[in-house]
Amino acid sequence: MRQKNVLEYLEKTVRELPDKTAYEDADHGLTFQEVYRSSRAIGSFIASKGLYNEPVIIFMKKTPEAVTAFFGSVYGGCYYVPIDEEMPRLGTDLILKTLGAKLMICDKDTREAASALGFDGTIADYDEASSFPEDAEALTSIRSRQIDTDPIYVVFTSGSTGVPKGVVACHRSVIDYIEDLSEVLRVDRDTRFGNQSPFYFDACLKELYPTIKFGASAVIIPKQLFMFPIKLVEFLNEKKINTICWVVSALTMISGLNVLQKTKPEYLKTIAFGSEVFPIKQFNRWREALPDTRFINLYGPTEATGMSCFYEVDRDFEEGDVIPIGGPFSNTDIILLDENDRPSEKGEICIRGTALTLGYYRDRTRTDEVFVENPLNDRYRELIYRTGDIAYRNERGELVFCSRKDHQIKHMGHRIELGEIEAMVSGIDKVVLCCAVFDKEKDRISLYYTGDIEKGDLDAALKDGLPRYMLPHKIIKLESMPLTPNGKIDRKKLATEAAGK
Amino acid sequence: MEELLEILEELHSDVDYETCTTLVDDRIIDSFDIVTIVAEVDERLGVMIPAEEIIPDNFNSAASLWALIDRLQNG
Repeated sequence: MRQKNVLEYLEKTVRELPDKTAYEDADHGLTFQEVYRSSRAIGSFIASKGLYNEPVIIFMKKTPEAVTAFFGSVYGGCYYVPIDEEMPRLGTDLILKTLGAKLMICDKDTREAASALGFDGTIADYDEASSFPEDAEALTSIRSRQIDTDPIYVVFTSGSTGVPKGVVACHRSVIDYIEDLSEVLRVDRDTRFGNQSPFYFDACLKELYPTIKFGASAVIIPKQLFMFPIKLVEFLNEKKINTICWVVSALTMISGLNVLQKTKPEYLKTIAFGSEVFPIKQFNRWREALPDTRFINLYGPTEATGMSCFYEVDRDFEEGDVIPIGGPFSNTDIILLDENDRPSEKGEICIRGTALTLGYYRDRTRTDEVFVENPLNDRYRELIYRTGDIAYRNERGELVFCSRKDHQIKHMGHRIELGEIEAMVSGIDKVVLCCAVFDKEKDRISLYYTGDIEKGDLDAALKDGLPRYMLPHKIIKLESMPLTPNGKIDRKKLATEAAGK
Repeated sequence: MEELLEILEELHSDVDYETCTTLVDDRIIDSFDIVTIVAEVDERLGVMIPAEEIIPDNFNSAASLWALIDRLQNG
């Protein structure tokens, strides 16, 4: 039967494996039955508020209950928008304003922070919503109204003007992605995921949805462990984790600190990584330590629902080589377009297919800039997503990522617009000029500025305004900003200087 | 100790390292900082911090980190 709704995964699995643990963190887990019952209760709660096709903000700790709240929102015919305490206050304010949501679900750990947000809708406790009596009739009626192009989530990504963009994805795209990804990762009932990515990004789709599709399990790894590599590996072994999809920096933290020589993850069968270039020296340490493990490089923008391309490592790489991003998933097409919008062996990665999301929430202008008519098709309407990433095809026909068209960077697995950092810094009192540059080699952001403010005060102000991963590693105060002959800030000069030190 | 404080101050110039004893517990430093500290201590002080010493207790304050470096250097 044709699948229309992501919840059908859960409904099938709960019949087969009701008592198996679906999601767990360091303290506790929830079975498929518990996830099913509680998410239906939350759906009924949302229905009782008369909400339909509305955003529901999920402001909770990273727990199995948070996942349940996501599914609960979909049961209620609404779409979830995860936010997190780690997000900076200013960003959260903008997100709340953009959304205009009527309902937020929080838990006892976030209750206080939620009340302080100045949110003008209803704030409900998870415990209250998840113990609401199930209204099967209401849920059935909601289901009969839903179609597969209805949204299920909105996640926010960095925008160059400092205003985050909310990417809206629907059932159809998520189902399409999960089917293809699960095949590549070879997910089955015995898969035990070790989740690293935050819930407020689409990266966590990789664990959350295959888990309900196959009756697998996902373990939410405490964030603290990513600072202490030996404990992290011990945790992977204790939880018998066999499949991970992590950002490269989480993997290099383990190999870079020489942990693999002392202790190894014993159960890992599949390591997927992505969002960043994997330094070959570190990559080879992993491969040597785990010769029987499959290594898969994933590539994809949030705007095309999670990941679009994959490459399973099938040969040796030497220092100086780049691991390719391979080719697209089976129901996705990649076109490389040159500056004149003609097909090319090297060019901008443009994506075609069901994976394309619905665009940016309440932002038609920025949506229309990147979700555009396919310039190669003059016969009928066909949208492509322009990623802004430049790639080329190697002699094997594999795609290899080269660079960005603009000032966007990839750092610690996050997509960052340097312009967003600059927009934030410029807004700080007494800052006159500023420029953020990125040293790809060292994976560091440096910030140059002029103005009558001390470094320490600027650093403190930045921490209020920027998420952790966007904070510059070095702040340099200048007497005057170097300018190009046209009077623009000389980025190249600053970038060279930052790299030289 | 001076050199260590320099390394730490480059990471977060707004933290008072003389008094703070909850660098890890209060999430003042993150995993990226730990990696940087380990690399810089190796590069600038010539001390390799082995993986088994990368535990919260050793990184909660500048003093405990310095005690670790001292132990590795002289132990």
